[in-house]
Amino acid sequence: MAEPKTKYDRQLRIWGEQGQEALEKSSICLLNCGPTGSETLKNLVLGGVGSITVVDGSKVELGDLGNNYMVDESSVGQSKAKTVCAFLQELNDAVKAKFIEEYPVKLIESNPSFFSQFTLVVATQLVESSMVKLDRICREANVLLIFARSYGLTGFVRISVKEHAVIESKPDHFLDDLRLNNPWPELRRYAESIDLDTADPVAHKHIPYVIILIKMTEEWAKTHSGKLPSTREEKRVFKDLIKAKKIAPDEDNYKEAMEASFKVFTPQGINPSLQQIINDACAEVNSNSSDFWVMVAALKEFIANEGGGEAPLEGAIPDMTSSTELYVSLQKIYQAKAEADFLVMEKLVKKILKKLGRDPESISKATIKSFCKNARKLKVCRYRKIEEEFSSPVQLEIQKYLTDEDYCTPNSWYSVAVGFYILLRAVDRFAANYNSFPGQFDGEMDEEISRLKIAVVSLLNDLGCNGSTLTEDLINEMCRYGAAELHSVAAFVGGIASQEVIKLITRQFVPMSGTFIFNGVDHKSQLLLL
Amino acid sequence: MAVSQPSKSRDLDRLLLRPGHLAGPNFEPGQELREDIKEYVKVLVVGAGGLGCELLKDLALTGFRNLDVIDMDRIEVTNLNRQFLFRLEDVGKPKAEVAAKRVMERVNGVNITPHFCRIEDKPLDFYSDFSIIVLGLDSIEARSYINEVACGFLEYESDDNPLEETVKPMVDGGTEGFKGHARIIIPGTTPCFECTIWLFPSQVKFPLCTLAETPRNAAHCIEYAHLIKWNEVHGRKSFDPDNSEDMQWVYSEAVQRAELFGIPGVTYSLTQGVVKNIIPAIASTNAIISAACALETLKIVSGCSKSLSNYLTYNGVEGLHIKVTEFVKDADCLVCGPGVLIELEKSVTLKKFINQLEDHPCLLLTRVSVSYRGEKLYMQAPPELEKETRSNLDIPLFDLMNGVSRDIINVNGMAGKGDKKQSCMRKLRIAFKGVDGVADIDMAGGA
Repeated sequence: MAEPKTKYDRQLRIWGEQGQEALEKSSICLLNCGPTGSETLKNLVLGGVGSITVVDGSKVELGDLGNNYMVDESSVGQSKAKTVCAFLQELNDAVKAKFIEEYPVKLIESNPSFFSQFTLVVATQLVESSMVKLDRICREANVLLIFARSYGLTGFVRISVKEHAVIESKPDHFLDDLRLNNPWPELRRYAESIDLDTADPVAHKHIPYVIILIKMTEEWAKTHSGKLPSTREEKRVFKDLIKAKKIAPDEDNYKEAMEASFKVFTPQGINPSLQQIINDACAEVNSNSSDFWVMVAALKEFIANEGGGEAPLEGAIPDMTSSTELYVSLQKIYQAKAEADFLVMEKLVKKILKKLGRDPESISKATIKSFCKNARKLKVCRYRKIEEEFSSPVQLEIQKYLTDEDYCTPNSWYSVAVGFYILLRAVDRFAANYNSFPGQFDGEMDEEISRLKIAVVSLLNDLGCNGSTLTEDLINEMCRYGAAELHSVAAFVGGIASQEVIKLITRQFVPMSGTFIFNGVDHKSQLLLL
Repeated sequence: MAVSQPSKSRDLDRLLLRPGHLAGPNFEPGQELREDIKEYVKVLVVGAGGLGCELLKDLALTGFRNLDVIDMDRIEVTNLNRQFLFRLEDVGKPKAEVAAKRVMERVNGVNITPHFCRIEDKPLDFYSDFSIIVLGLDSIEARSYINEVACGFLEYESDDNPLEETVKPMVDGGTEGFKGHARIIIPGTTPCFECTIWLFPSQVKFPLCTLAETPRNAAHCIEYAHLIKWNEVHGRKSFDPDNSEDMQWVYSEAVQRAELFGIPGVTYSLTQGVVKNIIPAIASTNAIISAACALETLKIVSGCSKSLSNYLTYNGVEGLHIKVTEFVKDADCLVCGPGVLIELEKSVTLKKFINQLEDHPCLLLTRVSVSYRGEKLYMQAPPELEKETRSNLDIPLFDLMNGVSRDIINVNGMAGKGDKKQSCMRKLRIAFKGVDGVADIDMAGGA
C-alpha cells in the first residue's frame, strides 16, 4: 500500500474511503487559535481534512507557552495564527494550511461573506454577542458551525446547523432485520424445505437458528390463531418448545435460537424513530428538497405499498452456527430480497425526481443502495438557533436541574453542569459590563464574586427562573477560574469538538444533540436540550 | 486591579494559587505547591502511542517537569493519523525516544526520560520511584502487569487501612474507535484493575472446528489460513504478522478458501485486521481520554479540585455520552487487598513453602519466585539467578525473613489451571506460629 492510504489505515476502518474522501474535500475555518482551537484543529489535520484557515489577530504571549503546544519560545511576539498554522502544517503535508491575522470578532462584523467559502467553521472562545451574529451568518450561507469554549474547569461544545441528515448512522447495537415473524415467500419456502426433525445428527446441529425460529414461529401461529407469543408465560413456553427440539447437549444452533427468540417477539413494521422521519413535513417534497428527503419520500411510498409496512430489507445476516452450505444459501436469499427492494426504491426515487422536474438519474445508484441498507437507521438532527437558545431556552430543562430534588441531592453533582451553563453565560454579561472576566486579574476577589452573583441572578430572572440561584461555592469557583484556558481542559473540549466535526463532515455516526457542558470538577458533564 | 506579571503558568496559576471550595481535602494553594509539582513530582507515562503522545504533551503543559515514558514499540506508518509527535521520517525509530525528544524541544524546562524496553524488563524499584503512574495502553495484559506492580507496593496498617506512603496512584486511559474510558486507581481505596477485570470482555475466538469444517464468513477463511493452513504448509516456521510476504500468503490462501465455499468479503485490509486484531483508532478520541487522564493526574497530585470517582466512559458513536460510574473495591482482591494470610511453622523451608502455594485454593501458583523486601530469595529465571538462589530453598523461610514474626512477601509465578495459566504477582502476609504476637493475629481482611 502506498503511504497516504497506509497512514490513514486505522481510521479508514472506522469511516471507510467515502468518509475519508469527504474529509479530504472539506475546508475548515478556525476562529481563535488558543489551545481549544489549536487542539481541535490538530485532530482534524491528522485525520486529513482538505484545508484549514486559522483566523486570529493576537500575538503570542509568554502565557500562551504554558497552555498551547503549538507555540514556542521563538514565536513570542509573532502572529499566533501564523505560528499555530505553521505547526499544524508540519503534522500533515497533505493538508492546505492558511492563516489570516485578524480578530474573528472584527471579521464577523466587517466581512460576513468571508465565511461562505468554508465547509465548516470551528468558533472557539467567542462571547455570546459574537456567537449570535456568526450563527446567523453561517445558517444563511449553509455553512456547518460548531462552537467550543474552555473556561477554567468548565466549557461547552455546541453544534449549530439547521438540519443534518445521516444515512450511515452506524449504531453499535441494532436489531438485525431478519423478518423471522414475517418471512417473505422465498424465505418461507426455503425454511419449509428444511426438516427440523432430520435423523442425521450432524445435519440437525447445523441448521441455522434463523430457520429454526421461522419454522417454530409459524408452528406457534398455527395453534394460536395467527398470534405471536406475547405474554411472559407464552414466551417461556415458546423457548421451551425450542429446547424440546434439541437432541444433543452440544447443539449450539438451538442454544442460539433460544437466545435470539426475542427477535421473534418484536413487533412487525417500522420503529418509532423512522415513523417520525417519514411523518416529517420535509417528507412532502418539492423541487428544493434535498436528495435525502426525496429518498425519504420514496421510502414512505415503499413502506405504504410494496414493503407491506416494512422498510427495504437490509440484506445482511449475522454469523450463526450453520453448515457452510445452508449459511451461504440463506445469505443469498436475504441479499436477493434486499436487491429486489432496492430496485423498487430506485424506481420510486426516479418517479419522484421526475415529478419534481429534476433529473431522474441525479441520485446515484450507490446512494440509493446505501439509503436502503440503512433505511431503519436514518437520523435527522436539528439544532435551534443560538439566538433562540440564549433568549428563550427550554426553561424546564434548566429548572429541573436547579430545583428538582432528584438532581440536587448532595451526592448528585449533575446540577453542577447546569450551574456551569448559567455561569458561562453570566461571565459574558459580566465582561460586557466590566471589560474583563471575573477573577481575570489578581486582587479584589470578593468584589468580583458579588458582581458575578448579581449577573447570575439577573440572568436567571431573564430566563424566567425567578427565585433560583446558584451555590456560593460554584460562583466562587467560577471567579477562581478567572477565564483561564487550561491545556488539559482545552484538549478535552477541543477533542469533543473535533469528534463532532468528523461526524458532521463524513455524514456518518450521529452528532451530539443539544449543548454539551463540560464539568471538569468531577467529570459529570451533561448535554442540555435547550 | 493589579496586573499580573507575565508568566508561563498564567492559566494554571489560577487553579494552583487560588483557594477553592470544590477542591480536595489536602489542597494547599500557593506558589510552593506549583514549585513542588515542578521539582519533586515524578510521573511515569506507560505507552508512547496514541494516548502516550497526547499524555506527554498534556502533562508537560499541566505543570509537570519530571516525566518518564516507557514503550517497547517502534514507529509505524499507521501511527501517523493520531500519534502527532511522529513524522514520516521517524518510522522505524523507538516511540519513547522520539516522543520524549519532540516534547522537550517544544516545552522549555520539561525533562522526559525515555525507556525503550518492555515494562517487564524494569526492576520493581524503577516503578516505586514515581509519584504517580499514567497508563496509555492497548492491552489488558500490560495493564494487569502495571496494576500488580503498583498494588504490590501497597501495605496496610494493622487496622486494615492502607498505609499512605505505600499508595501508588494510577490513572488509566483506553480507547477504541469513537469510544474510550478514563479511570483513577488509588490502591486500597478505589477498585484496582483486577477488581473490575470483568469490565474487559475476553476476546472472542472462533472455534477451530468452525474454521476447519463450516466457515461462513471472510474472517473464518482468514483465520483458517492463518491458524491452520500456515502450520500445515510451513511446519515450524512461525508466522510473522509484520512480514508482508507472510501476510500476503495468508491473504491469498484465504481468498482461495472463500472462493471454494462461495463466501464473499476477503480483502487484504480485512486480513490484516483479523490476523493482527487491529483496533481502529483516531486522534480525537485519544485526545479526549488523555486530557481527562492528565487533568485527573494534576488533581490527585495537587488536590486542586474534587476528583473523578472513579470511572469515566465516553461514547461518541450515537450522539455524545459521558458517564461516570463509581465502582466498588473487591475486598478480597488478590492484587490490591491486604494479601492472602499464610500461617507457617518456623521450621518450614522455602522449598516447602513454594510447594504449598501450588495447592493453596486461592493461589494455585506454579513456577514461583519469591522476594522479601526487595531481596530475591528464589528466582526461577534467568538460569544464573536460579543457580545463585537455589541454596536458599533448604533454609527455613523464618530465617530468610530475619526472624520477624510476620511480614509481607512478594511472589510471582503462573496462576490458574490448565490452558488458562497466566503470569502474575501476589502479595502474601506471612505469620509464623509460636512467635510473639501471632496468637492474636488480626484475621480481618484476610482471604
